[in-house]
Amino acid sequence: MLDALLSSWGLPLWAVTTIRALVYLLGVLAFVFLNAIYLIYLERKISAYMQQRLGPNRVGPRGIFQSVADAIKLLCKEDIIPREADKWVFLVAPIVIFIPAIMVYAIIPFGPGMIAADLNIGVFYFLAVASTTTIAILMGGWAGNNKYSLLGAMRTVAQMVSYEIPLVFSILGVVMLVGSLKTSDIVAAQKEIWFILLQPVAFLIYFIAATAEVNRGPFDLVEGEQEIIAGPFTEFTAMRYALFYLSEYTNLLSVSALAVTLFLGGWQGPWLPPWLWFIIKVYIMILLFMWVRWTFPRIRIDHLLQFNWKFLLPLSLVNILGTGIGIKVYQALMTGGW
Amino acid sequence: MAWAALAVNWLLRPKRPQVGDQRETYECGLKTQGPTWVQFRIGYFLYALIFLLFDVETIFLYPWAVKFQVLGLFAFIEMLIFIGILILGLWYAWKEGGLEWL
Repeated sequence: MLDALLSSWGLPLWAVTTIRALVYLLGVLAFVFLNAIYLIYLERKISAYMQQRLGPNRVGPRGIFQSVADAIKLLCKEDIIPREADKWVFLVAPIVIFIPAIMVYAIIPFGPGMIAADLNIGVFYFLAVASTTTIAILMGGWAGNNKYSLLGAMRTVAQMVSYEIPLVFSILGVVMLVGSLKTSDIVAAQKEIWFILLQPVAFLIYFIAATAEVNRGPFDLVEGEQEIIAGPFTEFTAMRYALFYLSEYTNLLSVSALAVTLFLGGWQGPWLPPWLWFIIKVYIMILLFMWVRWTFPRIRIDHLLQFNWKFLLPLSLVNILGTGIGIKVYQALMTGGW
Repeated sequence: MAWAALAVNWLLRPKRPQVGDQRETYECGLKTQGPTWVQFRIGYFLYALIFLLFDVETIFLYPWAVKFQVLGLFAFIEMLIFIGILILGLWYAWKEGGLEWL
């Protein structure tokens, strides 16, 4: 649509492509920032209500501008670099964590045709880009020259790399059903039945692993306020800290969006416009994540890793096996042959 | 985008010299003791190794999963053997205590 409009103005192809990319980029950025800022407020409000507190209620009606006020405050803060820090790594880490957090949105289909780059390896791209967050956290933990930071970073890396495997394997079940890694194909394949019904185990594994991947409670060992201050983020101040914080919520949004795309039928739904369906489903997922975070206590690192390697990983392999057998049996029944 | 945010921060923030303990490492008010960048325990390395193993496996599994419905039963059984070998590895690591948090 946009392409046709731009070409009708007589622009050359490269200009059309560039403008389209810029429009998508701006759209994604606006969506992500507004949502991330709202999510911070939502999280504080929900946690407050769950703990019978009021939460932020001073700035704006029901405290809705609290995050904006926080952002402005952080913008006006001093930028402290510890004397013994590894300076370059320290400077680069917040940027390294933020770039993949935005990049993954390229393959999220917000509606029919509303996708920045419909890559034919979409899901794989998401996993590849999202996994680089680990590096940024390790950089942040290392650079501050703070023992708690390093400890937090080490734990987080162990956690994130471990949980990445069940995450990847759980998505594999969906990929087997669709036969494509394109996110638009995956959504289209769920026209009749959502994959959460065909792959309930995979959804459960995805949900647990994604919680661990974005370092939310009960897997928030990265921060673990009571024992290691704020983990890798301890030494960061001002906007550098804000970037870590924002990327955390951006990641939450992106894993929820991917869950909706893979398991909950993407933007499909009756009556309402597709993009609205998409946002409603994403928020249901996010509320689920928040509910879990404020309900369960943080678990210990050895339990965390053992749960992953000794339960989730075998379970996800069994799920792949079951899916494979299921598909073959279904094919055999439908066609009367292998 | 990240650069822009940092640039705004640079414009707005107070620019006075940071004195005294302000630039010290923050450890609950105590002076930090000894070097931070020490050798870490081997446990993390073991997990990293197993992770690497399975991460490579996923790279093989994805193309297989994409073409799964087209390929015949033979490919399925072949992949079963492949996964089986990896499970054997996992079982060995499990038996040897590689998955325990030391």
